[in-house]
Amino acid sequence: MSVSAGGAQRGVGQGGVGQGGVGLCVTGLHHAFGDLPVLDGLDFSVAPGEVTVIVGPSGCGKSTLLGILGGLVQPSRGKVTLQGTPAADCLNPLTFVFQDFALVPWRSVAGNVSLVLEDTPLSRKDRQTRVADMLALAGLSAFADAWPRQLSGGMRQRVGIARALAVRPAVLLMDEPLSALDAQTRGLLLEEFVGLIARTGATTVYVTHNLSEATRLGQQILVMGRRPGRVRAVLRIDTPLAARRADDPALQAVERSLWDLLRADAAEADRELSHGG
Amino acid sequence: MADETRVAFRGGGYAPRRVAWASAATLIGLIALWQALASLGWVSTAFASSPVAIARALGQLGASGELWGHVSASLRRLAIGWVIGTASGLVVGVALGLYTLARSPGMAVVSALFPIPKIALVPLFIIWFGIGEGSKIVTLAFGVFFPTVINTLAGVDGVPRGLIRMAQSFNLRPWSILTKIVLPGALPAILSGFRITTSTAIILLVAAEMIGADRGIGAFVLQAGNLYDTDNLLAGIVVLSAIGLCVSWVLGRLERAWLRWR
Ligand SMILES: Nc1ncnc2c1ncn2[C@@H]1O[C@H](COP(=O)(O)OP(=O)(O)OP(=O)(O)O)[C@@H](O)[C@H]1O
Ligand SMILES: [Mg+2]
Repeated sequence: MSVSAGGAQRGVGQGGVGQGGVGLCVTGLHHAFGDLPVLDGLDFSVAPGEVTVIVGPSGCGKSTLLGILGGLVQPSRGKVTLQGTPAADCLNPLTFVFQDFALVPWRSVAGNVSLVLEDTPLSRKDRQTRVADMLALAGLSAFADAWPRQLSGGMRQRVGIARALAVRPAVLLMDEPLSALDAQTRGLLLEEFVGLIARTGATTVYVTHNLSEATRLGQQILVMGRRPGRVRAVLRIDTPLAARRADDPALQAVERSLWDLLRADAAEADRELSHGG
Repeated sequence: MADETRVAFRGGGYAPRRVAWASAATLIGLIALWQALASLGWVSTAFASSPVAIARALGQLGASGELWGHVSASLRRLAIGWVIGTASGLVVGVALGLYTLARSPGMAVVSALFPIPKIALVPLFIIWFGIGEGSKIVTLAFGVFFPTVINTLAGVDGVPRGLIRMAQSFNLRPWSILTKIVLPGALPAILSGFRITTSTAIILLVAAEMIGADRGIGAFVLQAGNLYDTDNLLAGIVVLSAIGLCVSWVLGRLERAWLRWR
């Protein structure tokens, strides 16, 4: 196994079903909200079938970046390109899993999953089968008819995952999908993510504040600096996801170096503030 | 440990409960009191009538078919005027909620016209649409339109942005986003708007019928008043309040059926 820091490189994919899948290429990306510069020249690529984790201090533009990757935010400058052709059964190449789940409260669990299939060419019967399959995959079959308000946070995010996987995404964009959950649920769901990502082979971009999530999932880890955000460092972890152990000293070393990179930024921001910057 | 103090409960109150029988008993009690005062001659039946006399008047009006003539004329105006005002208000409210192009001009017009007491417009509408049904229905529709626009707009504005972004991120069509996200999300506000607009509509109905009509409950109440016929006058008012109660019951049902997810 090797853990290396350096520029973005094509690594060996995780070897999922969607091999030869879709990657992303980001070039010269700048973004400002009005006068507020948020992203200041990002260039990186996301290799097909890999998990790219983005970490960075609060407010550095991670969510904005993810929004741009998924076409929900129009960048001021620069572009994002999909590399490769999504599989034939892919209904929505770039698919989000949201931090706040974004479940539709007036639809049942099954209705929430069904919603994203209703404007697709899928027949009604195929749709129902797909919904049932996804709910089974997420362990939600018994809750198909429940309202979102009746579910725990962890179950709500499982619905979010079932919904995302229902469209057979080429790229999964996950913005702090676990941060609204308690620590135990987070741990459980994280392991489920590992399984699902390996199984679907979807390319994944995962934003998190949590460094152990970063080392558990990340094959490429982008560390962003303070706003306006740039890529400060790119770390790679080549240990296959399935082989990673929390007590692996190499992973712990990566976690420490991530923390060192981020702590410096936090301290810098603090100094700047105390000087009235 | 000799030094012990029991912790006193201090978390009570501030949580009134509904007691169904108490509501019914209060109303029945008040009606009985009124009847007793009238029977004892403590209040003048010429001025205040009495529950029994009102019931008798209602019975006669019902039997002669006169009641139904007035009620059907009123209900027809109410239904047509409310539906027109509501439908146009929903369309305009959603448009103002969704489109930049509609919002500022539309809000300017709505804010300018909303404060006008609609009853003041009845004479104008009579000039424009004649003394017949037209002016009454337009008055009602006009009065219903503005609160509907405002409530619908507030409802659409209140739909979480995140849900719309979610729908866009899954490539839902604009029509699906409207019908599956925006409208259901605005529905609670729209339905609470209905409570306002139905009662506004009843007020305007009676006012319009008092200004120029020979049929309708408003006209009937006014005629009875002119004749010092308090039995019939109050019978008309009982009918109005029954209509109001029915409408509110129907709305309650709709809320329960459509907002089960809450
Ligand atoms: N729609 C918007 N309009 C104006 N400013 C915005 C908007 N969205 C985000 N911002 C600002 O842009 C900056 C970056 O926000 P963003 O949400 O991308 O950060 P983030 O890295 O995801 O932060 P966090 O870690 O807290 O989630 C912040 O300063 C935020 O206030
Ligand atoms: Mg964020």
